[in-house]
Amino acid sequence: MKSRLAAIALNTFREAVRDRVLYNLIIFALLLVASAPLFSQISIGIERLVLVNLGLSSISLFGVIIAIFIGIGLVSKEIEKKTLYTILSRPVRRWEFVFGKYVGLMVTLVVNAALMTLGFYVALLLTERKLTGDDGRLLVAVYFIILELLIVTAITLLFSSFSTPIFSAIFAFAIFVIGTFGEDLRNFAAMGHGLTKWATTGAAYLLPNFSSLNVISQVVHGQPISSSLILFNTVYALLYSGAATAAAVFIFEHRDLK
Amino acid sequence: MNHKRTARAVSALMALVLLATSVLTRHKIEAARGQQATLEEVLYIPSGKVLKRMSLGYSTLLADIYWTRAVQYFGNRLQQRAIRYDLLAPLLEITTDLDPHLIVAYQTGSIFLAQRGAGAGQPDKAVALLEKGIRENPNYWRLYFTLGFVHFLDRKDYKAAQAAFESGSKVPGALAWMKVMAARMAERRHDISTAILLWKGIYDSQPEGVARTNALQHLQSLQADASMEELERRIEAYRERTGTLPHEWTDLIREGFLRAMPLDPFGEPFKLMSDGTTQVHDPSLYTYLGEFRSEKKPDH
Repeated sequence: MKSRLAAIALNTFREAVRDRVLYNLIIFALLLVASAPLFSQISIGIERLVLVNLGLSSISLFGVIIAIFIGIGLVSKEIEKKTLYTILSRPVRRWEFVFGKYVGLMVTLVVNAALMTLGFYVALLLTERKLTGDDGRLLVAVYFIILELLIVTAITLLFSSFSTPIFSAIFAFAIFVIGTFGEDLRNFAAMGHGLTKWATTGAAYLLPNFSSLNVISQVVHGQPISSSLILFNTVYALLYSGAATAAAVFIFEHRDLK
Repeated sequence: MNHKRTARAVSALMALVLLATSVLTRHKIEAARGQQATLEEVLYIPSGKVLKRMSLGYSTLLADIYWTRAVQYFGNRLQQRAIRYDLLAPLLEITTDLDPHLIVAYQTGSIFLAQRGAGAGQPDKAVALLEKGIRENPNYWRLYFTLGFVHFLDRKDYKAAQAAFESGSKVPGALAWMKVMAARMAERRHDISTAILLWKGIYDSQPEGVARTNALQHLQSLQADASMEELERRIEAYRERTGTLPHEWTDLIREGFLRAMPLDPFGEPFKLMSDGTTQVHDPSLYTYLGEFRSEKKPDH
């Protein structure tokens, strides 16, 4: 089972790396990160702020774009090319296929984020001439971005298990946008009454909470991130992405592929 | 076939259990982040104008979110009985930069800002916010009313209050009593009946919520104060006629100073004290009792 999962994951990674869209996005992201020092030349006293904000936001945004645009094709492409039938005719179970695809894309995204982080730190070194302890703390924000990608990928996979690629992209992106307002949704729920309160509270808990995973503004100002937040965010991301992947498996198991 | 069924059951069960546990983890995350996390973040971008450009045309939606944050912030600080409300003014500034026509942010926000005790106690900032609101919405007469209200009650500036009521009375659709208020300001009348009129205006103009409840509490306290002032005047008249202080309300009724037992705004009889003063049945129900009477009359 392990080797089957690894084989699917590795293939997904290889395929994603070969994908031109992925290369274009990496180059674009690296260019943007590299242009950060230029941006900081035209502002006063906020060189580091601009660089860190731009760098981390790029890693997050491009990660999400890659997760969605590759994620939507994970299942549909295999059906379209009829390669899915070849895979499933072998002793590969459907849940292994879905989970393997998920792991493969996650590996792609982690490698991608690592490359962008490397470029980001190079830009930081060029601007500041040296790296300090505060710069090391920025890795917490990168870690949270990876947790964010863990959830986004699982949601995209869930939608792609029953919908068309274009609608899956729209749904996943909409969920991502709503999730970034997760805490505001909770605030709205707290202000509501009766049925509205119940409905908004339900929605607030059912939808993913990306706002707690965004600590860019804290790390950029050198504020510490508590270890409990790191722990609970990790647990939350694992649980939520696990739930979404399990739902994707459930739907895919029901799907008539004939 | 059996394997397929097992896979379906396990995946469905896992989806439900994991989702339920993730909801529980959310509580832990909220506790770890603390209530102020969102608010601390928003002020890292302290310019509404920058936010407006960043909102890609969805600035009114963002304004709604910022207004909600301002209300949440005010509510939390009020609940904690805080003295400082440092983030309130910037939050309102950002909200109204994002949507200059969000009237409620000016009207209710300025009351939050202006009041001492149950507010930020920053009437100058409230005036600046209202003046901005009037610049952006010159045809909304109630903003002039709120401006006059803040000048009168929180800044004790009769001249500015009169100017605000007069300007507001000229706006098409403004109620006639705006002129009455302007006249009262011209007379420099710092009396309870003027304060009641103003708080009634605020009560009528506020949507349901903290500001409206607060206006009601002010009205109840002011009405009780006004009644007690009147009762004490009659007790004094009774003393002048009979040479003694009344022992109970029936003494005043018998002498024709009262028609019936005097009741406070909660429908309970006022207390008659042995020294000829009066008191409400339960003072804990009145947040602002005696506040207006104890205020020193300003020199103008």
